[in-house]
Amino acid sequence: MTTLEETLREALTRKKILLMTHLVLGYPSFEVNREVIRQMVKNGVDMIEMQIPFSEPVADGPMILKANQESISRGVKLEQCLEFAAEITAEFHIPFIFMTYYNILYKYGIEAFIDRAYDINIQGFIIPDLPPEEGKEYVELAKSRNMAPIQIFAPTSTKERMQLLAQNGAGFIYCVARRGVTGKKTDFDQDFNEYIARCRSATNLPLAVGFGIRSKKDVDFLSGRADIAVIGTETIRLVDEKGAEAVGPFIASLR
Amino acid sequence: MIKKGYYGHWGGAFIPEILFETFKELNVYFEEAKNDPSFWEEYLQLMSSYSCRPTPLTYAGNVSKHFGGAHIYIKREDLNHTGAHKANNVMGQGLLVKRMGKKRVIAETGAGQHGVATATMAAKFGFDCTIYMGEEDVQRQRPNVFWMEKMGATVVPVTDGSKTLKDAINEAFRDWVTNMDSTHYVLGTVCGPHPFPEMVAWFQSIIGIEAREQILKAFTKLPTRVYACVGGGSNAMGIFQGFLQDEQVGLVGVEAGGKGLSSGEHASRLAGSDASPGVAQGYKTMFLQDSDGQMLDTHSVAAGLDYIGVSPILSDLWEKGRVRFTAATDIEVMEALDLTMKKEGIIPALESAHGFVQAFKEAPDLGTEEAIVINMSGRGDKDIFTIANAYGDPSWKKFIIERAEQYKNDKE
Ligand SMILES: Cc1ncc(COP(=O)(O)O)c(C=O)c1O
Repeated sequence: MTTLEETLREALTRKKILLMTHLVLGYPSFEVNREVIRQMVKNGVDMIEMQIPFSEPVADGPMILKANQESISRGVKLEQCLEFAAEITAEFHIPFIFMTYYNILYKYGIEAFIDRAYDINIQGFIIPDLPPEEGKEYVELAKSRNMAPIQIFAPTSTKERMQLLAQNGAGFIYCVARRGVTGKKTDFDQDFNEYIARCRSATNLPLAVGFGIRSKKDVDFLSGRADIAVIGTETIRLVDEKGAEAVGPFIASLR
Repeated sequence: MIKKGYYGHWGGAFIPEILFETFKELNVYFEEAKNDPSFWEEYLQLMSSYSCRPTPLTYAGNVSKHFGGAHIYIKREDLNHTGAHKANNVMGQGLLVKRMGKKRVIAETGAGQHGVATATMAAKFGFDCTIYMGEEDVQRQRPNVFWMEKMGATVVPVTDGSKTLKDAINEAFRDWVTNMDSTHYVLGTVCGPHPFPEMVAWFQSIIGIEAREQILKAFTKLPTRVYACVGGGSNAMGIFQGFLQDEQVGLVGVEAGGKGLSSGEHASRLAGSDASPGVAQGYKTMFLQDSDGQMLDTHSVAAGLDYIGVSPILSDLWEKGRVRFTAATDIEVMEALDLTMKKEGIIPALESAHGFVQAFKEAPDLGTEEAIVINMSGRGDKDIFTIANAYGDPSWKKFIIERAEQYKNDKE
């Protein structure tokens, strides 16, 4: 079992549902990132997904797309993201994972990237454009270092497909709540219940649900159905509109 | 063992999980169509009745004489319905969409030719149609936007990133991951995740099949070289496939040299030295990117060539040395265009004119017993605003100003 899964399972003995939050590195600045992370950790977030910006974020909606592009156009470099991440993992003691697109790893060198992430105490990776068919090397390298190559389930995935994904995954499974990209609202309906049941039947890994989760109502709905609720776009919107200080109270209001 | 969808180590299918089943289905339908001779029959029938296939091979006698070397032949994809080779791919995918039973098509477009072709196909087959187009391209290819809308398509200007072709592709993918049940994404070139490179190359192979037959008939022997412009690479792959087996035929791909290969403002992936291997937009190829893997801004006077990546099939043929790559600058393109119009009465698209540049450079060094073929991927009418602007044509300017005044007064 990966360290990440152990940590999550331990937390789940104390809490009914865990919270994972997301931010885009360098947007609007590393200083704001640091303050946002401080507020998140202080208010009980269990795990944070740090997105390394990429110029072509195809799985992301307008809000996160804009954050990626502004971070890059302000001159943020991969090296700065890695150094910042190292500072953060030294200061805050919850699991941190990297979310990014495959080209960032590919260009850096897959093994070099995974080793670097290992050195700075990153626990896992979410790479939405790398299916297991194309990512054998990545999956094996991450697993050999006891890190989690987190796999993604979608509402369109069959049970057989989910089983194959789970075999390639570790840590937890990221269940995309609906079709489309990040940032739009999700209606949790009967189809969703069937979907989550299918996810459960395909794997024993903890299930995180993301895409369109914005409120306590959403988190309450997921409680008992999933293990982890993922808050993505909503905190970016909040920081844009009200500043980093608004993040703490928002997180506190979710559980 | 070579993995399906790979050409050497280029290609692949780097798709998000949400599209896994959609691609599985697309692969099944594509394989079925490929193995069904009646599908290709239906395709040929459609292309010879709705479009003008076979398109002619024109002997360019005046420019041949002008350069005094090889005989220059032009493959006339401009005479396809909608004015470019893009229709070959679009009509083929349209037939596939009918088989799949989908009711909506989406597409990206750069020059607008692929968008116009898709809007045309959607009108004919009764599909809903949305076209994504970078805002910069909407500006420089305005006539094509007009026709797409008139044929009932919705044109969505894309304001993200560099506001050109790559950003339009990203937006089309974002639409597709939302609407895949009803919608097929008609990718416009030999790029993107498998099966698109193979599928688009298959439909475009009709150019090369015809061209080989035509040159043998007109010139009694094979050409020394074949030239084609390369954006994503679909018109080039189309004509090259006719001659790939003929090792004595040189294949030359011409990329956008923009303001020069050392200017940083170009779109030359294989002719220059600025590109490196990468994975984006669902496939692995040579991309114009920085050392972090962020895609660079590209530049070309021709919207259809203004793109960061290139077909994985062409990257492989480049690596194997089967296709040679060169670049033509914006200025050279205008000169070649001028000469072709004046001497032959033919107006190539700005994209196609890139191929003409290199052919004109090399023709004088070849013998008069030799022939070369240029693939004229499309017609230049769509570029009237850009070309008129480059000429600084005073009477055109006057006309535009007067028309604008008239519209202003109409409003009041
Ligand atoms: C006339 C014309 N030629 C060439 C191209 C470049 O595409 P490809 O390299 O796929 O042929 C375009 C693309 O829009 C085009 O419109």
